[in-house]
Amino acid sequence: MIQTKKNKTGAFLGLVAAVVVLALVVVLENTLPSTSQLFIVLKKGAVYSLVAVSMNLLNGFTGLFSLGQAGFMLLGAYTYAILTVPVAQKDTVYYLYGGSALNFSLPDLFGGVDTPQGLILGVALAILLAGCVAALFAWLIGLPVLRLKSDYLAIATLGFAEIIRAIFQWQALGPVTNGANMITQIPTFTSFNIKNADGEVILRLSAFVPFLVAILCIAVIVMLINSSYGRAFKAIREDEIAAEAMGINLAKHKMLSFCISSFFAGVGGALFAMYASNAQAKVYTSTMTYEILLIVVIGGIGSVSGSCIATFLYVAASEWWLRFLDSEMWIFGVKVPFLRTGFRMVVFSIIIMIVVLFFRRGLMGDKELPDLFRPRPKKTARKAGEHNG
Amino acid sequence: MAENILRLEDVTMQFGGVVAVNNLSLEVNRGEIVALIGPNGAGKTTAFNCVTGVYEPTNGRVSLAGEVIVENHPQGKMKAMYQGENNGKYTGVVRLTPDQITRKGIARTFQNIRLFGALTVFENVLVAKHMRAKQNFLTATFRLNRAEEKRMREESMALLEEQGLAHLKDEVASSLPYGLQRRLEIARALATDPKLLLLDEPAAGMNPQETQELTDFIRQIRTEYDLSVFMIEHHMDLVMQISDRIYVLDFGRLISQGTPEVVQNDQRVIDAYLGVADDAED
Repeated sequence: MIQTKKNKTGAFLGLVAAVVVLALVVVLENTLPSTSQLFIVLKKGAVYSLVAVSMNLLNGFTGLFSLGQAGFMLLGAYTYAILTVPVAQKDTVYYLYGGSALNFSLPDLFGGVDTPQGLILGVALAILLAGCVAALFAWLIGLPVLRLKSDYLAIATLGFAEIIRAIFQWQALGPVTNGANMITQIPTFTSFNIKNADGEVILRLSAFVPFLVAILCIAVIVMLINSSYGRAFKAIREDEIAAEAMGINLAKHKMLSFCISSFFAGVGGALFAMYASNAQAKVYTSTMTYEILLIVVIGGIGSVSGSCIATFLYVAASEWWLRFLDSEMWIFGVKVPFLRTGFRMVVFSIIIMIVVLFFRRGLMGDKELPDLFRPRPKKTARKAGEHNG
Repeated sequence: MAENILRLEDVTMQFGGVVAVNNLSLEVNRGEIVALIGPNGAGKTTAFNCVTGVYEPTNGRVSLAGEVIVENHPQGKMKAMYQGENNGKYTGVVRLTPDQITRKGIARTFQNIRLFGALTVFENVLVAKHMRAKQNFLTATFRLNRAEEKRMREESMALLEEQGLAHLKDEVASSLPYGLQRRLEIARALATDPKLLLLDEPAAGMNPQETQELTDFIRQIRTEYDLSVFMIEHHMDLVMQISDRIYVLDFGRLISQGTPEVVQNDQRVIDAYLGVADDAED
């Protein structure tokens, strides 16, 4: 009974935190100059944190080492883009292929991207479908691939992501995917800025939207993790044989985790397309998967809040804080050595190595943010835990 | 006649050219505590794994309360390689996965404890309740069936209280001392509502006092949970005290069976097993 009470206060605090974050984002966006690098960090960070958490669900909570995240993001991004290019723009976007094979667009079905309901409903539905397509593909490739364990699963899913990337650039699919060209003219985060009759922006919501979607999705993932199914996933991670002996159907639960993780990666892909204002297959490389894997590892495998924190630190460091290292700098007429294009990545890599050295289990380990404020467990238990860890 | 809970008929497990379990037939009746003993490498754990679906026996049949849960006969490459007996007696193929067999009512513990180390004591038991929960991932995620979750939690808590583990419920399972880990593993097995409990060396690594406690504990759970118990054990004190009947396995073959007195005085058993008791006691 104490347990349920704790859960309720936890849920309430989570809700409060979410509202505060959302409010803060809206306030920041409407007070600071919109050119600030901060907003790129916030938008990309929101998108990446969702994908990182989805990867953590699979890698950290179910113990399946999959490297297909970029592939599922690609599926989500393309589903979103294909379904939201306004009908009027299709000939421009698909000019190489003489127009698109699909003669409809979701926002247009609800009144067009320029109307609030057309934009919101169309985009929401497209994001949802993006997730569904990714989950469907996950189910299809999961059938053969989930029989594999650890490294082999990683190789198979990595291969899948590469194949998907190649297929989406295939000329024969041009009327749908626009071949190797990007799909543009899609509704982006800035489409959600509220404008007055003269076209002036009166309320910026372009960072609010990705935060809202990411927070909703992450909340669902957290609820899943804290449910009976989440416990079953963790049991599989801890010991497959024992989990099976406890009546947990391994195939079913692994598939479930894989599909749900892919669903949210697909949603993340759709958000990434909105962030980038286009969908382009060549962006979703394995490097992107590694980036997300790195975030998950830095944040702590098995920690949702760790993934979120690590995402913003990672994105901020790579996109914002270290930018100055890429440009030449003169101090008192002396050129600072080393600073040149690309040096940022050198420093960045070193920082990551240092972080991994000093936080071997990631910033958060498998703890969540609220755990840090709880009274520490009894000494005996902690000692034994450390010993085992 | 007493009612049959578990019945093994001519179970043979052959790995390549090695016959690990050869033509094993045995029964566990309702309410009985039956022990399977034998020197190291006799095939006891292999027999367990054939019952729980971890291995698929090469030949033979296993039934639980009259229902066939495992049946196989030599197939494919094994047809030519088969060295066991009763080839052709069984024609059916029944392959249940371990989780399906658990669902039918067989719960087990492991020789080297397999708890969910990072989960708490409470969660370990709660996981075992998952398979019988009437909810799918959507109702579970969106908390649409709170009554079910509440029932699972209450049942688990009640079980922990019965097993005297309630005060440890928020401890991480891997931080428990060894004896309590054993006990938690049994509690977790009981949480699956089994008809039959398989214990693989429950007293391994225990001192005489702990072993005595375990003996009482096994007797107690048998009556409290209306269980039949089938166990592998090396501690002869425990086995002789607690078992209604004993089966003795040597090199995969059954060499003796009966009440503890009968088995103790069987010359074949003494030759095969008790005569080399030094390493067997371990």
